[in-house]
Amino acid sequence: MEFFRIKKDIPFMRHALAFNVISLITFALAVLFLLTRGLNLSVEFTGGTLMEINYAEAPQLEPIRQALANEGYPDAQVQNFGSARDILIRLPNREALDTARVSEKVMSSLAGVSASTPQLRRVEFVGPQVGKELATDGAMALLLVIAGIMLYLAMRFEWRFAVSAIIANLHDVIIILGFFAFFQWEFSLAVLAAVLAVLGYSVNESVVVFDRVRETFKKKRGLDTPEVLNHAITSTISRTVITHGSTQIMVLSMLLFGGETLHYFALALTIGICFGIYSSVLVASPLVMWLGVSREQFAKPKKQKEEAVV
Amino acid sequence: MGADGPRHLADVFHEAPTMNRYPLWKNLLIGFVLLIGLLYTLPNFYGEVPAVQVSSGKATLKLDPGKVTPRIEEALSAAGIANTGIFVDPTSVRARFASTDVQLKAKDAIEHALNPDPTDPSYVVALNLLSASPSWLTSLNALPMYLGLDLRGGVHFLLQVDMAGALTKRLDATAGDLRTQLRDKTIRHTGIAREGNAVVINFRDDATRQAARQAIGDFTADLQFNERDAGGDFKLIATLTPQAEKKIQEFAIKQNITTLHNRINELGVAEPVIQQQGADRIVVQLPGVQDVAKAKDILGRTATLEVRMVDDTPGALEGALNGAVPFGTELYTERGGSPLLVKKQVVLTGDRLTDAQPGFDGQTHEPAVHLTLDAAGSRIFRDVTRENVGKRMAILLIEKGKGEVITAPVIRSEIGGGRVQISGRMSTQEATDVALLLRAGSLAAPMEIIEERTVGPSLGAENIRKGFDSTMWGFAAIAVFMIAYYMMFGLVSVLALASNLLLLVALLSMLQATLTLPGIAAIALTLGMAIDANVLINERVREELRNGATPQAAITAGYDRAFDTILDSNITTLIAGIALLVFGSGPVRGFAVVHCLGIMTSMFSAVLVSRMLINLLYGRKRKLEKLSIGQVWKPGQ
Repeated sequence: MEFFRIKKDIPFMRHALAFNVISLITFALAVLFLLTRGLNLSVEFTGGTLMEINYAEAPQLEPIRQALANEGYPDAQVQNFGSARDILIRLPNREALDTARVSEKVMSSLAGVSASTPQLRRVEFVGPQVGKELATDGAMALLLVIAGIMLYLAMRFEWRFAVSAIIANLHDVIIILGFFAFFQWEFSLAVLAAVLAVLGYSVNESVVVFDRVRETFKKKRGLDTPEVLNHAITSTISRTVITHGSTQIMVLSMLLFGGETLHYFALALTIGICFGIYSSVLVASPLVMWLGVSREQFAKPKKQKEEAVV
Repeated sequence: MGADGPRHLADVFHEAPTMNRYPLWKNLLIGFVLLIGLLYTLPNFYGEVPAVQVSSGKATLKLDPGKVTPRIEEALSAAGIANTGIFVDPTSVRARFASTDVQLKAKDAIEHALNPDPTDPSYVVALNLLSASPSWLTSLNALPMYLGLDLRGGVHFLLQVDMAGALTKRLDATAGDLRTQLRDKTIRHTGIAREGNAVVINFRDDATRQAARQAIGDFTADLQFNERDAGGDFKLIATLTPQAEKKIQEFAIKQNITTLHNRINELGVAEPVIQQQGADRIVVQLPGVQDVAKAKDILGRTATLEVRMVDDTPGALEGALNGAVPFGTELYTERGGSPLLVKKQVVLTGDRLTDAQPGFDGQTHEPAVHLTLDAAGSRIFRDVTRENVGKRMAILLIEKGKGEVITAPVIRSEIGGGRVQISGRMSTQEATDVALLLRAGSLAAPMEIIEERTVGPSLGAENIRKGFDSTMWGFAAIAVFMIAYYMMFGLVSVLALASNLLLLVALLSMLQATLTLPGIAAIALTLGMAIDANVLINERVREELRNGATPQAAITAGYDRAFDTILDSNITTLIAGIALLVFGSGPVRGFAVVHCLGIMTSMFSAVLVSRMLINLLYGRKRKLEKLSIGQVWKPGQ
């Protein structure tokens, strides 16, 4: 079996401008959704109480909401979770609320509401100070990843590659966040982990292409810069699709078998992987071209090059 | 790589036929690593069996496995219960049983034998799960992976220690101390009060203020001073030095942890985790605990310390032992085991104690415990000791309404100034323990639950199953695809991937890192990403073949050229992983640990293990015509 039988290099760079315009539009849309709709942050970031409750038979949600409102939680969100027999209750943090006792109070007020007895499956309570910290820690992690990767790429290749790879991959991150904002999917700590993992992963992709670009510049004298980029992308495309396909198989398996907890984690990875391919191939490479990469930058004396590798 | 084909071909023709062999030591080394991996993965296959765990139930009682183990064995054989192994570690003794029924019977039997008085248990007898792996594996320290709360069920609390509260408490005590101090030195002031984070003392004139400053400076080094004059008042403002503040905060969190330890012992939790997190937080994890309300009650409860006089009227103790306890006294047992008659009247409570530290007697150099009392406490203490020289005084820890004598020293002389020393017949270890106990009585600073996570046991089991299913099906699908697409090379890639999984699980078991659901997701994701290295290699080998290289040369060149790319891409992924590890908390950290470890094991398995297998398959064939790597299409065919 062999999927890719490419005789000539595909002229990706001829359409560079088009790709960049598409990227710019998706990027702008993502930013727009982020600004207008905002992320639906999970309790971990906002603080509050989250309870997962299981019933033997599907309960009516309205009486539950009523009971909670009577108990003094008019702002409680009650919804089904996974199946009709599982419900999820979200309570925001409020001043003058004895947070430590919320779960017990809710359970006791639910006891008489429906025919079957509720069973507490999971409680998550996060105080307001913790949530704020998690948000800043997340931002710090993102900055550290960006700085670390840029530094490494600048050392290993050239600053032009570092800049393009980071722009291309940050564009992925913003687009993932845009999806979460548009659909109002819950953005939890696990999703943040997925986003950062994607950042590292799609930089991989750019690295593989850039490796080839460097190799082609050194080996082939006759090609101009767009041709070199086309050649590099074409000769790695088979590997790109197979690798991402394999990773996607795993992620798909998580999406299918991982249940609710892993659902958004897997979803973030799926979007990240799809846009990762697109951006590292079709965004990073044109950027490198615009930034003016050329053969001369690689024609340094060999010895010096080896020093730069370490 | 069509265009550079000719030049490349020439290279190949000039080379001698390449052979792909690893030296014997390299094969042996890889085999050895895989064997170790297998060994440490094994315990995870045996699952867990029911067990009963015995640990100390009282802060004053140290578990002596040498004494407790025979008692457990005796109790079990008396009840006719067979165990499948008894394991001892420094803080607990655990016995394994064949089934949950036997486990419950055994728990009752052991409970009965070790705690004759059920209202005052000396030991915590808790149900637990132990690895069912054979003893020889356990003796190699090969344990199954340590499952997080989201996989085994239980409660997680994050407690915030109110440091401002600890400082105010100390300043209140300081204000009282200064009052006594100034009175002792007959320095007249017109008022001492705590205002916010400072103690303010008013004087009539500057000379008195300077004298006071001198006197207080001699008394403590923990304070720094400012002077302010307002409306005829000469104010001396004392604040804690930054060093003193830091010391108080460190002390507060340490004491709170100790107190929590003591309280959680009562819950009978098999493996509680109580750790400091950051400067002012404490994590408490109670696996298997479902009764959150009770857990919260116990965490929030206060134990108190009491100082009372010992009744040593001749004959009273003998009478009490015969059942006639005199009115107004209670019978206690000292730590050494001898009985003691203590008056009910409380001289002092633990609220008056500001510090307790182990140390040595200034003259005899015997181990001692140094106590510091606040101003009111020292006054009472001075009066009581003056009137009771030569008598004994008992220090009791009152918990759950029951008291226990920690120590009962003889008063040698009047003790003023609030500095009390307990010494005599103590080892250094005992002094440390007593100091800890005295401090542990109450919380040094109030605490607040700022994060709570409860996971029911059924959800935990479900999470394990879901995580396992995702990994298994994903792995199976990748395996099918790789073998279909790359044939023999695909099979080798799958074997390398399997060895990656093996090494990762072994590493997690060895490090006993906590495995959570995000951790399982990281295992799956890492496997999905790790296959990249093998795809890179296989694609390179195909490319070399396409350009006309001989099979042996294609293998060599494929592996060598892919390596740089593999290294680069793994390092960038690792950077992201490390950032997550540094800044992540909770679920993110669980993910990051596994992710980082997985990247490292994947380097080993994708490059070395797969190359070894390929070498063993093809390396020795001198006339190798074809590689089983699927179809290699050449342009122009």
